[in-house]
Amino acid sequence: MSSKKHSEFPNKPKRGFSRRGFIGVGIGSGALGTGLLEKDAEAAPAPAGIAGPGAVPVTLNINGKPMNLNLEPRVTLLDALRNHLDLTGAKRVCDRGTCGACTVILDGKTVYSCSVLAIDAQGKNIETIEGLATGNSLHPVSAAFWNNDAQQCGYCTPGFVMAAKGFLDEHPNPNMEEVKHGLGGNLCRCGTYMGVRRAVLEAAQQMKGGQRG
Amino acid sequence: MAKTPDYSWPPMERRKVIGQRFKRLDGPQKSSGRAKYSSDTNPKGMLFALYLTSPHAHARVTSIDTSAAEKLPGVKAVHVTAPAGTEVQWQGFEIAAVAATTEELASDAVRAIKVEYEVLPHLVREDDLAKAGSRAKAAGEKVTGDPDKIFQDAEAVSEGQYGIPVATHCCLETHGQVIQWQGDQVMAWPSTQDVTRWAPGLATNLKVPATNIKVSMDYIGGGFGSKFAPDAWGEVAARLSQKAGGAPVKLFLDRATEQLIAGNRPSAFAKIRIAGNKDGTVTGWHSESWATGGLAGGGSPPLPYVLSDIPNQRLTHTAVSVNAGPNRAWRAPNNQQAAYLTCSALDDFAAKVGMDPADVYDKNFMYAPKERVETYHYQLQKALELSDWKKLWKPRGQSAGPVKRGLGIGFSAWGGLGHQSQCRTTINPDGSVLVELGTQDLGTGTRTIITQVAAETLGLPMTAIKLAIGNNSLPPDSASGGSTTVGGVCASTRKASMNALAKLFEAVGPALMGSDPHGATRTDPAAESSFADFLEAVDGHIQVKDNPANSLTWTAACRKMGSGKISETGENNPRQPGGLIAQGAAGVQIADVSVDPETGVVRVNRYVAVQDCGMVINPRLAESQVYGAVIMGISTALFEQRVMDERTGRMLNPDMEFYKLAGIGDIGEIVVHMDIRPENDKRGVIGLGEPPAVAICAAIGNAVTNAVGVRVPNIPMTPRHVLNALAGRNA
Repeated sequence: MSSKKHSEFPNKPKRGFSRRGFIGVGIGSGALGTGLLEKDAEAAPAPAGIAGPGAVPVTLNINGKPMNLNLEPRVTLLDALRNHLDLTGAKRVCDRGTCGACTVILDGKTVYSCSVLAIDAQGKNIETIEGLATGNSLHPVSAAFWNNDAQQCGYCTPGFVMAAKGFLDEHPNPNMEEVKHGLGGNLCRCGTYMGVRRAVLEAAQQMKGGQRG
Repeated sequence: MAKTPDYSWPPMERRKVIGQRFKRLDGPQKSSGRAKYSSDTNPKGMLFALYLTSPHAHARVTSIDTSAAEKLPGVKAVHVTAPAGTEVQWQGFEIAAVAATTEELASDAVRAIKVEYEVLPHLVREDDLAKAGSRAKAAGEKVTGDPDKIFQDAEAVSEGQYGIPVATHCCLETHGQVIQWQGDQVMAWPSTQDVTRWAPGLATNLKVPATNIKVSMDYIGGGFGSKFAPDAWGEVAARLSQKAGGAPVKLFLDRATEQLIAGNRPSAFAKIRIAGNKDGTVTGWHSESWATGGLAGGGSPPLPYVLSDIPNQRLTHTAVSVNAGPNRAWRAPNNQQAAYLTCSALDDFAAKVGMDPADVYDKNFMYAPKERVETYHYQLQKALELSDWKKLWKPRGQSAGPVKRGLGIGFSAWGGLGHQSQCRTTINPDGSVLVELGTQDLGTGTRTIITQVAAETLGLPMTAIKLAIGNNSLPPDSASGGSTTVGGVCASTRKASMNALAKLFEAVGPALMGSDPHGATRTDPAAESSFADFLEAVDGHIQVKDNPANSLTWTAACRKMGSGKISETGENNPRQPGGLIAQGAAGVQIADVSVDPETGVVRVNRYVAVQDCGMVINPRLAESQVYGAVIMGISTALFEQRVMDERTGRMLNPDMEFYKLAGIGDIGEIVVHMDIRPENDKRGVIGLGEPPAVAICAAIGNAVTNAVGVRVPNIPMTPRHVLNALAGRNA
C-alpha cells in the first residue's frame, strides 16, 4: 500500500495574525449551532505565538464558509468537524493517520484530518464531503461510487470519495494502475475496492465530460 | 374470508423486479456523507465518555482512586467497573469510564485516575503448544472406523502442520453507542447487528423494562459477527448518563481498545495426516488440533471440513487458554480455519501421490454431504475453467523464472437459512405503501432486497415502496448473523405483502368481477369466494388473470378500499421454510499468485470465486458480497495477525498501521461467478454473507505452496513466513 497523503506538521501560528478579524467575518454566517461561541471568542486574548492551554478562538474556512469556534489547541481538525460542527461525513477510524476515513482536502491537498490540528488548518480552504453535492444532485465522484457499488457498510466511503476527488483534481486522466496507487492511502474493511477502482475511472470520464457540478 | 395465499416465488421468467441489478437504495446517502451512523449521533447536551483500560495481561487491581478525576472541570460522571480486588485477565480489560463535556477533558480525567495493580503471571501465545503447559486442556477425541489399521496399510500417507492465527474484526466503526437514561426511560443509538434484541439484552442489567428502551440505528460501520449484544459498554454508558443527570453519553471504543477487547477470530493449528490410495482416494484422517479464543480456550474447527464422510478418522483437540481478549463470531465462525487446515492437508496429499490437486478434490467430493456433491463437482469444473487451470497449473515448484507463479484451490459450505422475521405491509387509500421490519442493513443491501421483494409482489416500481427498518418499535426481526437475514426478511416481506394484496383484491374485486368471483365457473356452491384466485397485481395495475384488459390502476384500485387502510403482517419461521427459503450453499475458489522467492513477497494475480446461494434477489449486490468476502479473505491470508509479546503480555499491533489490512492495490483481479442455474434458483433464498468468506486462506496458502515448491504452513503469507518455509525453518 502506498499513501499519497501530505504530511501535515503543525505550523507555528503566524505572527500578526488577527483572529478577531476572522471572527468579524464569521458572525452570522454559521448555519450550524454547535460550538459557535462568538462572544467567548471575542473576549479571549489573542495569543502571540503560543496557543493554549485552554480553549482559544479558532476560525475554520469550511466549504467556503468561515466557522468560528472555541477549541483547545490539541483538538484535531477531524474532532473539530465531528464534535464541534456536527459535520460527521469524515469518520474517525484509526485516529492515527493510516486508514483515510477522515480524508478532507486542505488547500487542494488531501490530508488525514485526524493528523492535522484544527488551529493549523486556519487560513486554509477546507473541503469536506458535506460541500461536494450541489442541492440534490450528487457530485460525479459520489455518483460513480453509487453506480459501481463502491460501498457496503459505507463507513470508509466519504473518505474514499474525498480522496478520489483530490486525486482526480490532480490526475484527471488516470489509468487503472494510477488509481490503485493514488487511492492506496484509504482502507476498507467490507472489501469494496473492485467497485472503487471502476468508480474512480468512471468519475474521471464524467468530470472530463463537463458534467461536474 | 380469503384463504391463505400461495406465497411461492414467481417463476424466474415472470419476475420483473427480483433478479434485477438495482443500485443499493442507500447509496446516495452513503456516498455523499449524509448517512448518519450511530457514532455520528450528537444529541443536544451530549457528553463524551472514555474508558480507562488495563495495560496488563493478568493482574489484580489493588487500589483505584478516582477522586482527582472527579474534581476536574467538565467531568460529569465517573464509573468504576473493576474495583479493588478485581482480577484482570487480559490487556484492555475495562477498569473505569468517565463522561465529560468534551473528549479532551474526558481524556484528562482518564489520565487522572490512579490504579495500582499486582501483576500476575500470564500466557498470551498459543502457537507453540509445548509452551502452553497447564493452560492447554484436552478437549475431546473422536474416532470413526479403524484409523490405526488404515494408516498402517495405506498406499500413501501425507502429513503436515498448519496454522492460522488470531485475527481481529477491525470494524471501521468501533463498538459503542450513544445512550440517554432519564428516569425509567432509555433512548439508545447503538452500533449493532441486532436492533430488535438489543434492548432486551440491556434491560436485565439496568433493571429497566425492555419496553422502555428505545433503540434506533440507521447505519452500522461494520460488524462481521462481533456486534450483537449491548456489551458491557452499553450498560456503562447508560450508568454514566444516569449519574450525569440524564444527559446523553457517547461511548465508542478507541481503536486500540477495539482491537484488544471487541472481537477476534480464534486461531487454529493442527498436525494432520491423510491416508489414501495412489489414485488419490482418501481413506483415513488423523488430526491433532489446538486453538485459542482467549481465556476460555478455543473450540475445535469442524474437521475434516466439508468432506465429513471420510472414513477412519481420529481427531483430538486441545483448547489453550490465553490472557487476551475473548473471541467473537467472525463471518463463518471456525469455517475459515477448518477450510484452511483441510484444504492444505488435501493439497499435500495430492503432492504426495503426484496428482493434480484438482483431480484429488474432485475424487474426494464424494465425502461431502450427499445433496451437495454434484454442486461441488460442477463448481470445481467452473472454477478450473475460469482460472485457466489446465494451461497455468504446474506441479509443485516447477514454475519457471525468477518470480514463481502458483495456483491453489479452496472450498466452502454454509447454511444460511433465513431467521425469524416479521414484516408489516401497509397499503393506504392513496396508493402509498409502507413496509416495516425491525431489521438492519449491515451494508449487505438489506434495504434494497426487501424493497425488491415488496415491489415484485405488489406489481409496483421500487419507488412506490417506502421502507422503515432500524428501530425496535417495528415488527420484530432477528440478529443479522450467520447469513440469515436475506432469507428471513425476503420471506416475511413476501408473506406480509401477499397478505395485504389479498385484502386489496377483496376490496377491489366487486368492481372488476361483480360480487361473486367464481361467477359462472363456480363448481362448488359452498366454496368461499376469494378474489385473490382470480386477480393479479402487474405493472401498477390490478387485473383479472384471464382477462388483463379488465383492470384498474393501482391508485384507482386502492381508492376502492374506502377511508381505512390495509395493514397486514407476515412472518418467516425458519422451522417452516415453506419453499421460499432454504439452507446449504457451496463454493469453490481458486487463487493465482506470484511469489518472489528472494524477497518472500506474495502478490495475488487473479482470484476466481464460484458461489451458489439459491435464488438471487439482486445479482449486483450478491456479487458485491462475494467481492467483499474475497477481499477480506485476501487480507487475512496475506497480512492479518494479532501479534502478541510473551514477555510483556501485550498486543504489539492494536492499531491499523501494524495490524495491516489489504489496500486497493493488494488484491489482484477478482472474478466472481454466481452459480444461478435453475436447480439452484428453485431452492429459494439462501444467505450469502459467510459462504464466500471461507476458502481464501486455503486457496492462497495452496497457491503459494504450489509456486515455491514447499509447504508454507502459517497464515498470513508474509515474507517472513514464506522465507522461513524456504529456509526449512517451520519448526
